[in-house]
Amino acid sequence: MSSAVATGSPLPIQVGAMAGRSIVRLIRQPAAVIPSVIFPLFLLAVNTGGLNTATDIPGFPTDSYITFALGFTFIQAAIFSTMNAGQALAQDIENGFFSRLVLTPMRPSALMAGQLTGLVLLGQMQALLYLAVGFATGANFSAGIGGILVLFVLVSIISVGFGGIGLIMALRTGSGEAVQGMFPLMFVLLFFSSMALPRDLIEQDWFRFLATINPVSYLIEAIRSLMVTGWDGEALALGFGIAIALAVASIAIAAFTLRGRMLKS
Amino acid sequence: MNSPYLSSALGITWRYLHNLYTRPALFIPSLLFPLFFLAAFAGGLSAVGDTPGFGYYDFTAFQFSFILLQASSLAGVFAGFSIAGDFEQGMGRRMMLATRRRSAIVLGYGIGAAARLGVTWVVVTGVALLGGMQVAGSGVDLAGMYSLALLSNVAALLFSAGIALRFRSLQAGPLMQMPVFIMLFLAPVYVPQSLLTGWIEPVASVNPVTALLDATRSLMAGDPTGVLTAYAVAFGMIAVLAVWAMTGMRSAETAG
Repeated sequence: MSSAVATGSPLPIQVGAMAGRSIVRLIRQPAAVIPSVIFPLFLLAVNTGGLNTATDIPGFPTDSYITFALGFTFIQAAIFSTMNAGQALAQDIENGFFSRLVLTPMRPSALMAGQLTGLVLLGQMQALLYLAVGFATGANFSAGIGGILVLFVLVSIISVGFGGIGLIMALRTGSGEAVQGMFPLMFVLLFFSSMALPRDLIEQDWFRFLATINPVSYLIEAIRSLMVTGWDGEALALGFGIAIALAVASIAIAAFTLRGRMLKS
Repeated sequence: MNSPYLSSALGITWRYLHNLYTRPALFIPSLLFPLFFLAAFAGGLSAVGDTPGFGYYDFTAFQFSFILLQASSLAGVFAGFSIAGDFEQGMGRRMMLATRRRSAIVLGYGIGAAARLGVTWVVVTGVALLGGMQVAGSGVDLAGMYSLALLSNVAALLFSAGIALRFRSLQAGPLMQMPVFIMLFLAPVYVPQSLLTGWIEPVASVNPVTALLDATRSLMAGDPTGVLTAYAVAFGMIAVLAVWAMTGMRSAETAG
């Protein structure tokens, strides 16, 4: 961390220092990052190979399952990166770095923004990789270049939203193990959604109900709409609305929790 | 097999099961995991069973067969976690001092993993039946099906034990879990092999798990096909992985 931070420098410099640390940490710990990049691609490959016949179901919105499934990959990666954000902060708390940080004039907002910057950057890199893989394997992107820009904005907001949840868990528990314990819950959110089939084609009423009340379905459907249908105002409004609400709520709660943790440290 | 050998193995089994069932954080996730997959796959994807050429009598039963193998294999992997944890904390070294033939240690965990599996089977089968799963196979078919699941449990345990005994640390957990998870998902999970498309089709055709899964599904349907091949594959895997586990034990012995 630069000496400027310790002397009570302006907020942007503090954020820059923390963001730099967060990014360097990501680069130095490929073992922590690579699984969250590779695993969504693996699931995409398995689902595409195994569920391609689902496009024969009457009413399926596209004849390319990769186009349909690709949207899920972005959300899965964003949710997995929740663990990365939480894990990094929990590690700082466990090894005492956080306590030392509290003794400096570092602002809480700089700490959070710094942690999330690395996460957003990772989200962008993942989005770029998944798009490249999607295009290489024949996926369509109906919304064109403008849609790709919208996709990157939405992925960033979703990364911040789920990253905020990771920060809350880390701040509340101060334990990397507890943050990892969230993994099954995240898996449930992902799988009980419209990830594999459109909601109107899910036959089981109870599953369709769960997918309908699961906000993750709308995040997936917003990204999917850019690929399958082009510009679908309703899907995008729902996706952006939920992503923004999630980001605002999780950051607000994380900030509140951070204040409590700083007083305790 | 002499009596001290068996009593050592059973002592380790008892300790393993005691630790498992007195710590809900250990056994509840391993019970919930297969139920979650059963609900997600059988509930969310049932429309896939209507696609042309699917040809299996009941989609829930189709998915149950996969979940049965998955739950059985993962129960073996979880026992591998316990071996790694015990060696990490020094308990493994004490076990090695207490047993003359160290294969009793792996056998003890193996019996424990199989005993644990019984509980998993009852819960997963019960939930599937409550969810409306139709069983077409006879009692003999079902015994064959559960036997195949048990063999997959033994194979996964031996694989995980080999890793656990070499690394003697819980940090090797992903090395035990991920390969098993990947092998399972590179089989025809969602649809029969004939409906797979793209790169996964040739991969699934050479994946040994495919033979186990196809036979399990055929036994469930009461139309046994490829069962002998599946048993041969399972025993072959066990033979190879037993060598892997025992050389792992030798590595642990060398490390002291």
